[in-house]
Amino acid sequence: MLRLEPRREPSRAMQVLTPVFAVILTILAGLVLFAILGKDPFRAIWLIFFQPLTQTYALAELTVKGTPLILIGTGLAMGFRAGVWNIGAEGQFVIGALAGGSVALALHETAGLWVMPLMCIAGMLGGMAWAAVPAFLRTRFNANEILTSLMLVYVAILLLSAMVHGPLRDPEGLNFPESRLFSESMTLPILVEGTRAHLGFIIALVAIGIAWLFLQRHLLGFQIKVQGQAPLAARFAGYSEKRIVWLCLLTSGGLAGLAGTFEAAGPVGQLVPALPIGYGFTAIIVAFLGRLHPFGILLGGLLMALTYIGGEAAQIAMSLPSATTRVFQGMLLFFLLAMDVLVGSRIRWIPRQAAG
Amino acid sequence: MELIVNILLGIVIAATPLVFAAIGELAVEKSGVLNLGVEGMMIVGAIAGFSVTIETGNYLAGVGAAVVAGALMALLFGFLTQSLLANQVATGLALTMFGLGLAALLGQDYSGKAAGNFPKLDIPVLSDLPLVGALLFGQDYLVYLSILLVIGVSWFFRKTRGGLIIRAIGENHDAAHAIGYPVVFYRYLVLLFGGACAGLGGAYLSVVQTPFWAEGMTAGRGWIALALVVFAAWRPGRALLGAYLFGGITILQLHSQGFGVEVEAQYLSMLPYLATIAVLVIISSDRLKVKLNAPACLTQPFRAAT
Repeated sequence: MLRLEPRREPSRAMQVLTPVFAVILTILAGLVLFAILGKDPFRAIWLIFFQPLTQTYALAELTVKGTPLILIGTGLAMGFRAGVWNIGAEGQFVIGALAGGSVALALHETAGLWVMPLMCIAGMLGGMAWAAVPAFLRTRFNANEILTSLMLVYVAILLLSAMVHGPLRDPEGLNFPESRLFSESMTLPILVEGTRAHLGFIIALVAIGIAWLFLQRHLLGFQIKVQGQAPLAARFAGYSEKRIVWLCLLTSGGLAGLAGTFEAAGPVGQLVPALPIGYGFTAIIVAFLGRLHPFGILLGGLLMALTYIGGEAAQIAMSLPSATTRVFQGMLLFFLLAMDVLVGSRIRWIPRQAAG
Repeated sequence: MELIVNILLGIVIAATPLVFAAIGELAVEKSGVLNLGVEGMMIVGAIAGFSVTIETGNYLAGVGAAVVAGALMALLFGFLTQSLLANQVATGLALTMFGLGLAALLGQDYSGKAAGNFPKLDIPVLSDLPLVGALLFGQDYLVYLSILLVIGVSWFFRKTRGGLIIRAIGENHDAAHAIGYPVVFYRYLVLLFGGACAGLGGAYLSVVQTPFWAEGMTAGRGWIALALVVFAAWRPGRALLGAYLFGGITILQLHSQGFGVEVEAQYLSMLPYLATIAVLVIISSDRLKVKLNAPACLTQPFRAAT
């Protein structure tokens, strides 16, 4: 019979390999799924996972969709390491877009290099404020941050809707629930002419670098790891749990808020009710796929961006339903979690008699 | 009077999906497992129940399909967390995301169809009584089932051997294992029950309450059910009370515009979510009480010592 035996130490090789296994299994399961749906499985997989890599425009789009995923995933991973489960990044993303966008709308037709940084600061503060609520409720009232942060996602989306239906609606737009278009100094500079790749991607890369340095070299980064792996040890060492909760939630909220501002000031260019499309939730998968490590998150973010872009291409070319992408993303996380058993355990074949 | 009866009827209908989902999750958590995938199991139950009801025209088949679909989702969760020892929080999130996607995929051909009226209890004389007749004796069958489930779960955990064993597993799985109880087996059973209940709750939404299918129609109810379990301090009766309280808030929000409250619809729609947060804060701030009532092994992985 097959038996799981605990390893003495987690396998490093498996930590790197399991995401690869998970992707391969997802592709195999995808082949089956498409066959069931009655579509050409090999063409669908080619369109989703490989074709985007052969086109310049699609590669640029990879950075556009990767930017929010990487930014949010980096922040979330820090919390997940410490056992702080912020799953409301989608809400912090929305409030970030709302805060950054409000600054842009307030400064309508003002030109200047200072406008964009101001929007970014507002966006980060907005995201941080939204994440501060679960942080406060957990540290002061012991309320579970998973549930409170998630509930605030619905509140944030409703708030965005109320704002673009009301005070932030375009006064010259025919009563559509959307804001004015942002002017030039309120949109992010484009990196490559003719594409939508914007400066935000560079900032996401910088965020990855800073996060890596912080986790490797800063005492607080070390405390975060101890808090997650051995909460009792953290307590004996005198690390303040409250401080870590605040730090993780504010950081992930700020990064999600920044991602929201980038989305509004980048590819979208205005505030619309349909601004949030699930990046905050997909970023959870990105964080796990990247093994909660900044460099892994970079790769994980680009891979998930690929499934968005390839999914859209397959939708158009093969009239696949839009939900296919989400099914793929869910499957990927399942396979990853299942494969993770190989990190902490090894599978041994034990003959029946010996197992007795 | 008519209005009050209508409001009360509305509360029952709004509360019933929460009752199903919360009572299932409560049993699961009693065994020391936290399944955050309630939302995912509910929505898969909703589409399974709706599509089978439409295709067969048979409500019983529809409800049965929802129960099976919810249980299958829970089986997936059980395999990952119990057999492969995956992190329960992460797996629950994965179950929700996967479920929302899967339901949207399965449901794309069912938008805009309607399921018709679910059969209601009809007792001669009693159901026709003014006011109380419709309220007590004229509900659909699933409402009565939900109440019976709450009573049944409460009785099971208090009075039966099986209930005691599951509680013991939830409090200390190592000790339960040492005595010789099959921890993982019992947890699988309870998980299947929880999944079936969540599926039933989802089907109530799509087959009875609306009765339409819409993508993402659970709108966070699975998460509210999770909060209700904490609110209930893991007691079935209080979970029922909590669900009806939330039903009340939902109906209040629908009727407040009729009463002439001048607020944008979006702000009123925030109420159930804000109420969930408020309730969590009030209950959780009593740390000692939470500690005493929460199953001690909640979210801890179990690996049998050999």
